[in-house]
Amino acid sequence: MLQTQFMMREEDSRDLQAVLERLAVDARARGVFVVDKTGQLIGEAGEMMGVDSTSLASLAAGCVAATGGLALIFGEEEFPTHYHQGERDNLHITLLGERMILLVVFDERSSLGLVRLRVKKAGGELARIFEEARKKSEAQAASTASPFADITDDDIDNLFSD
Amino acid sequence: MSFINYSSREINCKIVYYGPGLCGKTTNLQHIYAKTNPDVKGKMISLETETERTLFFDFLPLALGEIRGFKTRFHLYTVPGQVFYDASRKLILKGVDGVVFVADSQIERMEANIESLDNLKINLLDQGYALDSIPYVVQYNKRDLPNAAPLDEMRRLLNPTQVPDYEASAATGEGVFETLKAVAKGVLTNLKNMGPAQTNPESAR
Ligand SMILES: Nc1nc2c(ncn2[C@@H]2O[C@H](COP(=O)(O)OP(=O)(O)OP(=O)(O)O)[C@@H](O)[C@H]2O)c(=O)[nH]1
Ligand SMILES: [Mg+2]
Repeated sequence: MLQTQFMMREEDSRDLQAVLERLAVDARARGVFVVDKTGQLIGEAGEMMGVDSTSLASLAAGCVAATGGLALIFGEEEFPTHYHQGERDNLHITLLGERMILLVVFDERSSLGLVRLRVKKAGGELARIFEEARKKSEAQAASTASPFADITDDDIDNLFSD
Repeated sequence: MSFINYSSREINCKIVYYGPGLCGKTTNLQHIYAKTNPDVKGKMISLETETERTLFFDFLPLALGEIRGFKTRFHLYTVPGQVFYDASRKLILKGVDGVVFVADSQIERMEANIESLDNLKINLLDQGYALDSIPYVVQYNKRDLPNAAPLDEMRRLLNPTQVPDYEASAATGEGVFETLKAVAKGVLTNLKNMGPAQTNPESAR
């Protein structure tokens, strides 16, 4: 539901980063990105730092959303894996549970087989991390006030002060 | 659904501009893009047809500044207004935190406005949200045109619940930032009120 926000605590982010970095090495990937289905970048690793990851996240989410819409038309619940083949770079996209998307970018130094294998392994660990984060978000929402509970109208106005 | 990242101290919110075809949703984003500092905005992406109609969405990321040590990032999206792109509109509403309904003030577009507003309500309900329960503002766009309908008539038809509403002329930029500010404010206020524990331990006893 809309009202439950999703939070990543520092320890979850650390675990996530470790898994992504290992995946980038093991899969010999150029870049590894985790994006949520609403188009927010959650984490990244690999040698592609500096790529426009905000655009990447929004387009990847759009792509997954459109493909998911197509799946429904064919009576499939979802296409959990998609693959885009390019001249030099290839893009492997997998869904992680209900809300996350894993993107792996790789070139001729790796192969689809290797990427698939490593993604499968990392996918389980990532799903576990996000499940943890989700549980903690829920617990936090149920037990404590929003970290923004004490912001004032002035704080909000100041954002637009230029 | 807003996303709070404690390690990078960021909060991300998604705002969707909705409304009938050609009402000026893309023009709103273009004006915001043109008038914000380079350090505040990311790249604007427009997935459009050859005739510059939105095909899937426009996307503009803005980093507005900090609140309580958290960077606030707003992701602005437009939907394609043409009636037959309904499947795409549904997808873009996923995870929305705030909505701007852009109405076309031209009298002959009033039917289209009403239809689009109904469509918004239906598509939100599909996702389990009621329009009344999310931060929401209305913009009466194209006020500059001679065939613009009277404001009170538009209010009556399109804003019966009297949410914040603004007159605009997106082509010249009038009213564009007022609208954005209002919806951003609504989203942040909503975050502030989130979580049941509004009571502090002292006053609870
Ligand atoms: N006169 C006038 N024209 C406007 C105004 N805002 C937008 N337009 C024009 O209206 C046309 C359509 O604007 P868009 O922003 O592309 O409309 P849209 O809502 O994105 O349309 P779709 O992508 O089909 O849903 C363009 O030619 C704009 O220049 C306005 O305030 N006044
Ligand atoms: Mg458009």
